[in-house]
Amino acid sequence: MLKDNQLIKFTKKGIYCPKGKFYLDPWYPVDYAIISHGHADHARWGMKHYLCTDDSKAILKHRLGEAINIQSIPYRQSISINGVNVSFYPAGHVIGSAQIRLEYKGYVVVFTGDYKTQPDFITTPFDSVKCHTFITESTFGLPIYHWKSEKNLQSELHDWVRTNQSNNRTSVFFGYSLGKAQRLLSLLDGADDIFVHRSIYNLNDAITGSGIDLPKSKLWSADLDKNSLQNKIIIAPPSLLGSKMLKRLPNPATAICSGWMQIRGNRRWQSVDAGFAVSDHADWNGLISAVKASEAERVYVTHGSQAVFSKYLNEIGIEAYELKTEYGDEALAKAEKETEIIERE
Amino acid sequence: MKQFSDLISTIEITNKTNAKIDALVNYFDTAPDKDKLWLIALFTGKRPSRPVKTSLMKEWCMEITNLPEWLFLESYSSVGDLGETMALLLPNNSSHLDLSLSEWMTELKALKPKSDDEKKAFVLEAWSGLGQQERLIFNKLIGGSFRIGVSKKTLVNALAKLTGIDANQLMHSIIGHWDIDSITFEELIHGQHINYDNSKPYPFCLAYALEKELPDLGEPKDWFVEQKWDGIRGQIVKRNDEVYIWSRGEELVTQQFPELVEAMSNFNDDFVIDGEILAIKDSAVLLFNDLQKRLNRKNVTKKLLEEVPIGFYAYDILEFNGEDIREKPFAERRQVLELLFGLMALPSHVKLSHLVNFKKWEDLYRIRANSRTINSEGLMLKQKASPYHTGRKKGDWWKWKVDPLTIDAVMIYAQKGSGRRSSKYTDYTFAVKKDDALVTIAKAYSGLTDQEITEISKWVNKNAIEKFGPVRTVKPELIFEIAFEGIALSNRHKSGVALRFPRISRWRRDKPVDEIDTIESVKQLITAS
Ligand SMILES: [Zn+2]
Ligand SMILES: [Zn+2]
Repeated sequence: MLKDNQLIKFTKKGIYCPKGKFYLDPWYPVDYAIISHGHADHARWGMKHYLCTDDSKAILKHRLGEAINIQSIPYRQSISINGVNVSFYPAGHVIGSAQIRLEYKGYVVVFTGDYKTQPDFITTPFDSVKCHTFITESTFGLPIYHWKSEKNLQSELHDWVRTNQSNNRTSVFFGYSLGKAQRLLSLLDGADDIFVHRSIYNLNDAITGSGIDLPKSKLWSADLDKNSLQNKIIIAPPSLLGSKMLKRLPNPATAICSGWMQIRGNRRWQSVDAGFAVSDHADWNGLISAVKASEAERVYVTHGSQAVFSKYLNEIGIEAYELKTEYGDEALAKAEKETEIIERE
Repeated sequence: MKQFSDLISTIEITNKTNAKIDALVNYFDTAPDKDKLWLIALFTGKRPSRPVKTSLMKEWCMEITNLPEWLFLESYSSVGDLGETMALLLPNNSSHLDLSLSEWMTELKALKPKSDDEKKAFVLEAWSGLGQQERLIFNKLIGGSFRIGVSKKTLVNALAKLTGIDANQLMHSIIGHWDIDSITFEELIHGQHINYDNSKPYPFCLAYALEKELPDLGEPKDWFVEQKWDGIRGQIVKRNDEVYIWSRGEELVTQQFPELVEAMSNFNDDFVIDGEILAIKDSAVLLFNDLQKRLNRKNVTKKLLEEVPIGFYAYDILEFNGEDIREKPFAERRQVLELLFGLMALPSHVKLSHLVNFKKWEDLYRIRANSRTINSEGLMLKQKASPYHTGRKKGDWWKWKVDPLTIDAVMIYAQKGSGRRSSKYTDYTFAVKKDDALVTIAKAYSGLTDQEITEISKWVNKNAIEKFGPVRTVKPELIFEIAFEGIALSNRHKSGVALRFPRISRWRRDKPVDEIDTIESVKQLITAS
């Protein structure tokens, strides 16, 4: 039997498969990169060749440029790269997001990228895959994180919009342009007209252009008549917090949507009117159930609470190790901001 | 409790005082009478003693969630608040308990004498019957540590907005003695349990920072000059054998200073005097830092009374035996004050503010320069003919500080030091308010004691929200007075101003975040300096 360290290696440039001669979500330029999803800390510039899911392809091209050398395959279909079988399984994180499954001579490694086990209204739901080695994220790897069901979130957000309307206020939601924005669209669909910031509008355009349906939204542009936005809904990336464009709105009520909003201390002092714990990542129970369902004999824990989560897994009898990567929230925030600036232009 | 829980959520998330006031007004407008009374009691520190020990609650929570202690503690250190940690760790509620705030408080009061098993049954039932936010409130109600960013002032302003009753009177009413079981909301806010006529203060007369040369003030003989003591400005009201002490923040602080109440009770006359509350030991004025140990305490222990005795330096008299004398010239009021103080053999800690002896304006430079050695902040110049103005009016009273340039700012970033102090957070970045947000104003790293640095470092470890390499973003909660040598407009700084040689002059534990400087008030210093 093969050992996992013969199939994957943790290198300075990222997670590497020496047999297949490719990297998974590398953070430095390489020849062949297999990409789990379009977030800027996972899909970076400068790879000679990209492989991703069909649903991610338009997103990657939109963000990294039409000219990139990119190939895509559907979920659950495998291709062989230098004898290693590679396939994608839905990760439930953002549109097109996937866990990457590698198989060589019967030995299976799964790299989750980012994932969310709870279903929502828009992303292909998470599908667990059995494997020998499971590389999992741990962004919200503490037992204080438990998400509400999508239905409950939906009514909470709709209630907030209605309250704002009764006070003559426009509801403004902040969330990353890839993932949170489409999720919010699906949650808020039907509440009222939804306007989105240009960076989201353009990305949505690319997504629908590739044949994926999204709820209707209009472009929130600076030349719109202020009154046409009154009492409506706006979705904008977090970089717009405190911006001139926001200040021009007559009477906005602002909300940040992020898993971190679960904690009171994070909700306060953001200079917003509300914080909703809407997350695209697995909560504590989600992480544990995914690890258990994988039936892996060994688990590597990446970005987030890797120390805590791997310690806990070992205590409940699952062999687990911390893995240092350059994914994660700070990297994402920085990289997403840069991406959004480019998308706006 | 849904209504109370919603109120807390609203108050907590906003840093706009007006939004807080509106939420409170709405609550007072709609909540049941008893709930309103409890809200006032909780926000003014009148809460029943803790019925269940924290250690027991933690134990029960670990038992239910089946988590190891280290993971419980990891969660706690990430959340920073025990009641909230437990609320987040516990599984979703299986039933729904619908009790009002006052019903919960009654139950909690009754819980105190019960056995641990009975307490456990009660707490567990509540936990499984409350949603996350309500569960958090429940834990806080048990813990008694209800700090949610609403000052008494804000609470009073909300009540004033709702009822049209004078804010000072409301302050007296809610702080005064009242028993929740034998008073109605209406009786409380109308002050039926107090005699407001006896305690009613006057608005303080305030001075501007000196903005001209001394000779431009005219003749030295037309002016009184006093030390500008660095304590808390206070008004002592004595009428009909009752003594009340008001702080400049329009808070009634009588109970905090029993030695002043005692000294004032000895006077035969009635009066309202304005002066400075100071820590005075062996006839010497102590530093403001010492005074702070006596502020905002629920109980003043005997030990503390001995360690930091409080005294009072009287500046002015506004009312004498029922007569409002604020319109009389200061020289005359001063005579009344001297007469009043001369009639009594006063204890050494209550004194007249001493008038500085000077002939020529030049004499004052040397005296001002020595202020720091007697723990004074500089000099006050008051026109002998001036009335006691309402609020701030330019021209009659000037403050001439040794260190004229200080601002109150909030810490937003902390960074570890190097060398001896490399394990401690010693470099801080401060911000002031700009509209509803904060804007960085200065970086400073000196001026605190080792003990304070240790305390702040511990706090930073617990309250860091974000890491950026060695820099920690912290919750904006710690307020400091920042002193500096000069100030100028600057395009290079995001705040629009540059401070020269900023340093921390003291930790203002007594200030709420609401009261830090705004960028506008900072810019005003440019003309003053
Ligand atoms: Zn992601
Ligand atoms: Zn990620």
